[in-house]
Amino acid sequence: MYVAVKGGERAIANAHRLLEHERRGDRSVPEIGTAQIEQQLSLAVDRVMSEGSLYDRALAALAIKQARGDLIEAIFLIRAYRTTLPRFGFSVPLDTAAMAIRRRISSTYKDLPGGQVLGPTFDYTHRLLDFALAAEGEPEAPATAPVDTELRFPRVTDLIAEDDLIERNPPADPAGPVGDLTREPLAFPAERDLRLQNLARGDEGFLLALGYSTQRGYGRNHPFVGEIRMGEVEVEFEIPELGITVSLGAVTLTECQMVNQFKGSLTEPAKFTRGYGLSFGHCERRAMSMSLVDRALRADELGEERTSPAQDEEFVLSHSDNIQATGFVEHLKLPHYVDFQAELALLRQMRREHEARQNTYPEAAE
Amino acid sequence: MPDTEAARPNLDCRAVTMALLARAECEELSRPLEVFWPDLAFTMVRAPETGLVMLRGRMGGDGAPFNLGEATVTRAVVELQTGERGYAQRLGRDISGVKKAAIIEALAQRDADRPLVERNVLVPIRQRLAEEASRKRAETAATRVDFFTLVRAEG
Repeated sequence: MYVAVKGGERAIANAHRLLEHERRGDRSVPEIGTAQIEQQLSLAVDRVMSEGSLYDRALAALAIKQARGDLIEAIFLIRAYRTTLPRFGFSVPLDTAAMAIRRRISSTYKDLPGGQVLGPTFDYTHRLLDFALAAEGEPEAPATAPVDTELRFPRVTDLIAEDDLIERNPPADPAGPVGDLTREPLAFPAERDLRLQNLARGDEGFLLALGYSTQRGYGRNHPFVGEIRMGEVEVEFEIPELGITVSLGAVTLTECQMVNQFKGSLTEPAKFTRGYGLSFGHCERRAMSMSLVDRALRADELGEERTSPAQDEEFVLSHSDNIQATGFVEHLKLPHYVDFQAELALLRQMRREHEARQNTYPEAAE
Repeated sequence: MPDTEAARPNLDCRAVTMALLARAECEELSRPLEVFWPDLAFTMVRAPETGLVMLRGRMGGDGAPFNLGEATVTRAVVELQTGERGYAQRLGRDISGVKKAAIIEALAQRDADRPLVERNVLVPIRQRLAEEASRKRAETAATRVDFFTLVRAEG
């Protein structure tokens, strides 16, 4: 039976009003501005853009403010907002080789063309709380060094590929469609394009845990960070009326090329294999985790036995999206009065039947 | 609406102009318009609208494409009274910015206005972008690791 219930409007309106009040916090403390969030909580902004799957720093900052810093709630707001906009089309594929590098490291080669460039990193900090930040004060201006304009940053994987020691990336099929999760529901088995799209917007914690699990032996694939690079990449988009592509500006991206252990056969000499991670913003942990999971999900393609959660594409891709996950988990707190009444009635009937059996065969209980 | 074939040789040049205008700050567009073209007559061919462009990556950086995620993009098309059509599109949701950029893109097609656009709009944008890029490169260069080998005792 389905029972329609009304009521609670006033309570809901007042709860939302109270929520706004709590969001503001102590009104004697200056209100935080979205520009401050965008500038000073920029890695939270990057995460919301990545998992919201929408590159727009100002919107992500607004969502973080509205969500009181609950990033999954902020991602939810962004996902909802994007459904209100029309889609103009697809960019020309981003050329990460042409990135304006702000960070680029490799754990496979110490000396490589372009060098190891640390950029703004938490690596090598001592993870000691800096109490000076609790007071106000400007940090030092960044150091500068002369720029070698001839310097290039070739991909580390291209250096390995020069000796044909690593598998080639799958070539583009000009006629083939590119899978799009936002248009077609996910079906299994999923091709690598759909898997990468799913992982790119997947929950960072989930990807991190799965990536970690592969390192601990659940789908081990012996990874090395061939390269991590972060910086700005131009977005090119066509103007169909003019038949030209034009740069729309640049986005910040983080890319991780994971180099993994070998695949060979009777006919093919052994080669390194690849896992790939790409993320909006400066999200290194996310890009690394993504590349570990991408590699693990290639188990079938590489002829590996699938034994672990990270290799199970249906498990991984069905549970990576934190908006789907939070929707289903959190719906449990919505009214289930009728369902529960049904279960109560069922339980009472079972109890009555049990009691009746006890009375009919009293010796059975003894 | 397609432009005539005769206009094609200009298209590469227009693409460069549009890319610069897409990076312009509000002031860099509004000031020159106020100063040099205060009473310009134009019509909107396509009113500024914000939508999404799906950004594509490539597997391994250079392999088959996949859909990475979307970005907000705003675009507009204007037509000057003299017939030139200006196109603008940029990342983000700056409605008034794309309108101004489209007007300037149209102005840049007029022989008489092209030098003014170049000198008063494009050159300042190009300079600012070059300064920002060289500052970032210098800051980044300071974080390049210089490895040195510790003296190893032989024996």
